[in-house]
Amino acid sequence: MSEQLLSLRDLRVSFGTRGVLRKPREVLHGVSLDVAAGETLGVVGESGSGKTTIGRAVLGLVKPSGGSIHFDGTDITAANAAKRRRLARDMQVVFQDPYSSLNPTMTIGEILTEPLVTQGSTARDARSRVRGLLDEVGLPLGAIDRLPREFSGGQRQRIAIARALAPSPRLIVCDEPVSALDLTTQARVLELLLEIQRSTGVAYLFISHDLAVVRHISHRVAVLYRGDLVETGPAAIVTKTPEHPYTERLLLAAPVADPAAQERRRAERVRLREEQRARDEQAGAVL
Amino acid sequence: MAAYILRRFVAGIVLAVLVTFITYLLLATTFDSVVRALLGPAGTDETVAAKTTQLGWDRPILVQYGDWLLHAVQGDLGRSLFTSEPVIPAVSQRLSVTLSIVLVALVLSVLLSIVLGVTAAVRGGIVDRLAQGISLVGMLIPGLLLSIGLVLVFAITLKVLPATGYTAPGDDFGRYLAAITIPVFVLVVAGTASMSAQVRGAMIGELRKDYVRTLEARGLSRRAIILKHVLRNAAAPAVTVLGFEFITMLGGAIFIEKVFALPGYGTFSLNSALRGDVPVILGITAFSVMLVVFVNLLVDLAIGWLTPKARML
Amino acid sequence: MSAEQLLNDPDLSATPRRSVLRRLARDPQAIITTTLILIIVAAGFLGPIFLAVDPNQADLRSANALPGTPGHPLGADQSGRDILARLLASAQTSAISGLIGAGVALVVGVTMGLIGGYFGRRTSAVTEWVFNLVMTFPGVLLLIVLTPVTGGDYRFTMLIFGFMLSPTIFRITRNLVMGTKQELFVDAARVSGLSNTRILGRHVLSAVRGPIIVATAFLIGTAIATQAGLAFLGIGSSAVPSFGSMVGEGFTNLTRRPLQFLWPSLVLGILTASLVLLGNALRDALEGLRTVPPRRGRTESPAEPVSMGEEDEAPLLRIRHLAIGYPSTTGEIEEVVHGVDLDVRAGEILGLVGESGSGKTQTAFAVLGLLPPEAVITRGSVQLNGRELLGLSGEELRTYRGKTIAYIPQEPMSNLDPSYRVGSQLVESLRATSTLSNREAKERVLALLARVGIPDPQRVFRMYPFEISGGMAQRVLIAGAVASRPALLIADEPTTALDVTVQAEILDLLRDLQAELGMAVLLVTHNFGVVADLCESMAVMQKGRIVETGKVRQTFAEPQADYTRTLLDSILDEDTVRTDPPVAPRDHKEVAR
Repeated sequence: MSEQLLSLRDLRVSFGTRGVLRKPREVLHGVSLDVAAGETLGVVGESGSGKTTIGRAVLGLVKPSGGSIHFDGTDITAANAAKRRRLARDMQVVFQDPYSSLNPTMTIGEILTEPLVTQGSTARDARSRVRGLLDEVGLPLGAIDRLPREFSGGQRQRIAIARALAPSPRLIVCDEPVSALDLTTQARVLELLLEIQRSTGVAYLFISHDLAVVRHISHRVAVLYRGDLVETGPAAIVTKTPEHPYTERLLLAAPVADPAAQERRRAERVRLREEQRARDEQAGAVL
Repeated sequence: MAAYILRRFVAGIVLAVLVTFITYLLLATTFDSVVRALLGPAGTDETVAAKTTQLGWDRPILVQYGDWLLHAVQGDLGRSLFTSEPVIPAVSQRLSVTLSIVLVALVLSVLLSIVLGVTAAVRGGIVDRLAQGISLVGMLIPGLLLSIGLVLVFAITLKVLPATGYTAPGDDFGRYLAAITIPVFVLVVAGTASMSAQVRGAMIGELRKDYVRTLEARGLSRRAIILKHVLRNAAAPAVTVLGFEFITMLGGAIFIEKVFALPGYGTFSLNSALRGDVPVILGITAFSVMLVVFVNLLVDLAIGWLTPKARML
Repeated sequence: MSAEQLLNDPDLSATPRRSVLRRLARDPQAIITTTLILIIVAAGFLGPIFLAVDPNQADLRSANALPGTPGHPLGADQSGRDILARLLASAQTSAISGLIGAGVALVVGVTMGLIGGYFGRRTSAVTEWVFNLVMTFPGVLLLIVLTPVTGGDYRFTMLIFGFMLSPTIFRITRNLVMGTKQELFVDAARVSGLSNTRILGRHVLSAVRGPIIVATAFLIGTAIATQAGLAFLGIGSSAVPSFGSMVGEGFTNLTRRPLQFLWPSLVLGILTASLVLLGNALRDALEGLRTVPPRRGRTESPAEPVSMGEEDEAPLLRIRHLAIGYPSTTGEIEEVVHGVDLDVRAGEILGLVGESGSGKTQTAFAVLGLLPPEAVITRGSVQLNGRELLGLSGEELRTYRGKTIAYIPQEPMSNLDPSYRVGSQLVESLRATSTLSNREAKERVLALLARVGIPDPQRVFRMYPFEISGGMAQRVLIAGAVASRPALLIADEPTTALDVTVQAEILDLLRDLQAELGMAVLLVTHNFGVVADLCESMAVMQKGRIVETGKVRQTFAEPQADYTRTLLDSILDEDTVRTDPPVAPRDHKEVAR
């Protein structure tokens, strides 16, 4: 376990609901998973599965109500602000919405130097690093003095990736980083993420609802369903021959962009549905 | 819903107690000068001390306030220090004068604001610019100057309306209407200026929502969509403003009462405050807060009725 | 647009801060009002230095002196005090009042707003409660009531008044902060290790600045007007000249010396009006343009008739040369859809595919006659069963909408009116387009809800939209759309907002309903999987043009247009799984040059 870069053990998160008397609602019911250095772990699930909450708990944006989070062997479950600040060198984030994730009033240069200066580098070093970063994500140097609104969604996402790369982290939490992008842009941004990983060895905790995207970028895949981890394993196995019925359903539900294949998939999905219904009815009859 | 009302009501009571307590605390700093004013130039240190004891103002402040509150709960707010008039009938009598102006003004402002705001938002173009212009002019003219101007024109020059004085609606309704015309007009100008802008903004925001398009796609008439769906959803923010507008109008009425020499709440508070008539000041504060609490309760009820989602919270 | 193109665009070279200032500098309303305010304030502070006349010195010999009297350029009042000197001193009083009142409101409101909005729910609830309390105070009344406490010093009064004004600033700040806190860039800043104070100062305050500046202009005006009003009532020291007391004195002397009333009224009126107008100008500059309401009615020039070419069998929907534009900032019409031709045959499902900004949704809305009010159809024709739809009035279109043409939107939640129960919304629209009685309509709606796969129709009928799930809401909207057995259903990304498993169910439902009712469907989507699943034919749109149309199977197999090929190539292949093993991380400390 010590070789793992990130380890979650029995992670639980609850959110308080409105009103004092109501019980807090648990959205993660004890999730355990590991991310090795240089690896991509894809986390797949639908809305309400808790996939985003995992990422936010790792980043310290929500407090776990139970379990532990270890990063590089140290317990960061309840890291304080100072520890978090040190951790920011090693752990970064790319969010889904490229419009909300960049402060509209700051220039790209300010956005990219901020995390560096926070980590104690001088303004001059930070500026030269920013040039390298822009080059790395394929944006022109002139972008430095521009504002986020002058860029398209795909370009903003490149900026967000550059910001995450700035302190040369070892882990980047990617929360649906390509979901808001158009098809062609999505492919290019995924390619960029792959290239960066191959050249720097950064690990990704890659959260997405889209099996196709996850299959494309992940070494291993974990499937979440209503706050529980239902299946985890190598990408090829989980996304092609899943064991858990939910993963199977998820796989068959995504329409494939090929009319003939989709017709087969649809038939298979109907068959699976009937099977499960029959099984449920049997179980009901037994009860 | 019942729990919602109850919670609002309890919050109102707490507010009333708190405000009167703060007022009491602040007023307590002036008790000495009040006593000296009461006794006039004849007051010596001894008589001042005696009077202070007689009024109970030498006791600890919490005891004093507790005493006042206890009496207040039993419907006794004491008597004026200067005229010995009982506070409750004195305040309610003046309040009825002010409310007979403010409530009329409020209702008229609401009606006008809805018509103006809805038309501006729905029609757009020139109609909208006209409505916005009217609203801007209303905001630009200080109410004080407007009322003086109107008195000059209608009362002094044209002599069609009385310049000053008040007649209760029960005594002579015609003269009552004549007396309140200019005051109400001034309040309506200011009230409509701010409220119509609110209605317009809320309507525009609501008209852009997706459901409006979907209802239209289902074949509903534009009129039905605006009157039944858009107006109802836009009303909630506008109703919230209504509560604040009432408070603003109560404040504005003070100036107007001064200009028109109306024997209202404002004039009464002004005179009592200038004299340092402590029981009356406290009575006025208590009445105002309860009034505000009551109006806000009505506002909350209206919002709960308009937006089902608010009821759930 | 590529980054290079963007960077060479001169119009984009300004940062927002500078552009706001520039917009203000070009706005005559802002210039004139600022100048007027500055003149009055400067006169208030500098005037008394040059004009060595005591504004309080009474000289009965010059009582009610006329303007132009030596030593009294604007005359003197009843007590013989110089009016010009008193005006100047009053301007100073007003300026100080405005500064104290708005200053206190700003300091208290912004500080508490930042705290209340940024920190946890409990802090927020407490501050909210306190400020609600302050807000319900009848402010002026309380100021009057507290006269014995303030002792008549207007500065003290304005200090208290500042607290009473602070809820306005508090609310603006708190709401903006709560909104900003949701923004992901604040989360990103926290992940980057920024401290709370730095996040508040750098990321949150910058978003709050604009609206607060606007509100401050109005608050200064309110404070000045209130101070004048109190002085008019006779509250406050008579030794402090104020527009209010001057107006009051002028009022009592109105018949003999109207000018004594006019001067202070004029200056006070100009000052407060300038502040309101300046506030409006600031708001316009910060918000860009004023919020313009959607205009009633359609203003586009009548679509040019287009001659029909040779036709085989007439399609249900025939779109020819349809072009849609929007007015740009310069007032010219900028076209976003450039002459679209599209046919939908009866009973066919046609997928209209494209990326964002391709104009696919615009085209669909044009068919429904539901483009945004500012949109202009510059040319083209849209025919349903051979009848022209463009140029019809809203009432005429209503005979088609909800009967022949129906619509399913993208976002299920925002497309239901939150204030009415699900059932009553459906009954209302069904009755608007039919002659059914209330009871018949209700029965019909319940049957429809059951048909679209809602397990307990009776219960859902009585629920409010916010009580049902997104997938359920989409079923309700589908029920509403097919209620009238339309010939043409326009579905705008009907499954995009839904989870994959729910999407599959909704696609099944749409397929079944289409087969059952024999309706044509124009399905707008960006998802090729959805097209492959549901559609018979497809049209691919790019930048306002249709680049390819054809049968689905054929187009997927042999795309003709380059763009279609690029799109199909971008689809992540089902069969490729990542195979390269994780690489060893490069030493990251060394990299941090």
